Amino acid sequence: MNNTEKISISSLDLYYTDFKALKNINLKIPENKITAFIGPSGCGKSTLLKSLNRMNDLVEGCRIEGSILLDGEDIYGRMDVNLLRKRVGMVFQKPNPFPMSIYDNIAFGPRTHGIHSKAKLDDIVERSLRDAAIWDETKDRLKQNALGMSGGQQQRLCIARALAVQPEVLLMDEPTSALDPISTSKIEDLAVELKKDYTIVMVTHNMQQAARISDKTAFFLLGEIVEYGETEQIFSMPKDKRTEDYITGRFG
Amino acid sequence: MQAVFFIAACASIFAVALICLFLFVNGIPAMKEIGFFSFLLGERWKPGNNIFGIFPMIMGSIYVTAGAIVIGVPIGILTSIFMAEYCPKKIYPFLKSATELLAGIPSVVYGFFGLVVLVPLIRGMFREGNGSSMLTASILLGIMILPTIIGVSESALRSVPRTYYEGALALGATHERSIFAIVLPAAKSGVIAGVVLGIGRAIGETMAVVMIAGNQPRMPRGILRGVRTMTANIVLEMGYAADLHREALIATGVVLFVFILLINFCVALLNRRNRHA
Repeated sequence: MNNTEKISISSLDLYYTDFKALKNINLKIPENKITAFIGPSGCGKSTLLKSLNRMNDLVEGCRIEGSILLDGEDIYGRMDVNLLRKRVGMVFQKPNPFPMSIYDNIAFGPRTHGIHSKAKLDDIVERSLRDAAIWDETKDRLKQNALGMSGGQQQRLCIARALAVQPEVLLMDEPTSALDPISTSKIEDLAVELKKDYTIVMVTHNMQQAARISDKTAFFLLGEIVEYGETEQIFSMPKDKRTEDYITGRFG
Repeated sequence: MQAVFFIAACASIFAVALICLFLFVNGIPAMKEIGFFSFLLGERWKPGNNIFGIFPMIMGSIYVTAGAIVIGVPIGILTSIFMAEYCPKKIYPFLKSATELLAGIPSVVYGFFGLVVLVPLIRGMFREGNGSSMLTASILLGIMILPTIIGVSESALRSVPRTYYEGALALGATHERSIFAIVLPAAKSGVIAGVVLGIGRAIGETMAVVMIAGNQPRMPRGILRGVRTMTANIVLEMGYAADLHREALIATGVVLFVFILLINFCVALLNRRNRHA
């Protein structure tokens, strides 16, 4: 098994003005695996996820110390932030398709990065929709507004949209929390399928979900990583008492 | 108690109905007497000879309004984008109150500003005509419609869900591209509604235009020549007009009223589309 590390986080502290939201985070995220972040609300898992593509830059007063390396390159250093976000795609908690056609939703990313040929765009749109397992449902209505789709379809469209710019890493911020069980299982299957080509980092509130599909799991509590390891080990024999309490449902 | 509210609500409807009634009762017979087409499409306005063609004034209003759109809309939309997406928190309150103040200035003061500043400026710049011209009126009206366009566009931009913007950024789009390719199109119908409201304001403006447009009742002949708008036509001659002349001026009001109705209809249509989207 390929076990190279894709993202390496070392001694990371993150502040929202005076509040320290993340404390001394050290984490190595392996390539072509699904890494899950679990923990109670407000523990910092989403904050860490958003640091990986610098969406935290939008939050006023957010400050970071320490380093996050993507393939050995510091993402808070000289790397162009737009290029970083092309390489590290993101799927949000609530599906957020743009208010335009399905086709234009997918084509927005490639167009942003300079692809304008119709033939190429057609190709990318089809491939992305196929990869996100939503081609069959959308191929006859590519010109229709994306807001007319169901929530589950919208979320898969958003995954397709993220794939269209050929990212290396896919961040998923509780991608199924707004969806019904059937849509959820489709997205989970999709994530497992996609890890062959992408490195996936997923925040989830749903512990069964983490146990079902992730390879690695990190358990967060109050801004710290309590335990990080193989998912199997975390869920079967956690080393830390707090992890055990959380996964057995004693709090959180 | 409900009756009090009901009566209060009736007051405005009653006023509109009364205005409609007055305009049409007084204006329509004049149109008939002059001849509907020779009134609307007649190119000569000579009350002394009983010739009443308001086509020059209709074109005057349209040209001046179009000029105001050309000048006011780009500035207004760009300002609203600045205010909603770029403006540092420290200057925002100043900018906001400045645009609101702009809306509160009486139009005669605008006219005075035009007369003292814009007219000499245009005269000096182009050395043609005396400075009271279509261009001058367009510039001034362009400024006057700014607060309307800015206010409505800004609130339209602000009501676009933040998730659209974040979604675009997360795909590697720059701040500019996210705004111009995603946020602005999403706010499109609100922005257009603001522009249409601005058009309504420009076409109905009277005082400021009378003071700087030259007011010659002839077909507009170029942007540096004077024009007379429908509103100017009414206000300039109402004081001494009698009989058919007076009725022809009221009929001019009818035409103006129809223009405003059309514009309001457009706004209502846009608003309805907004709600559906």
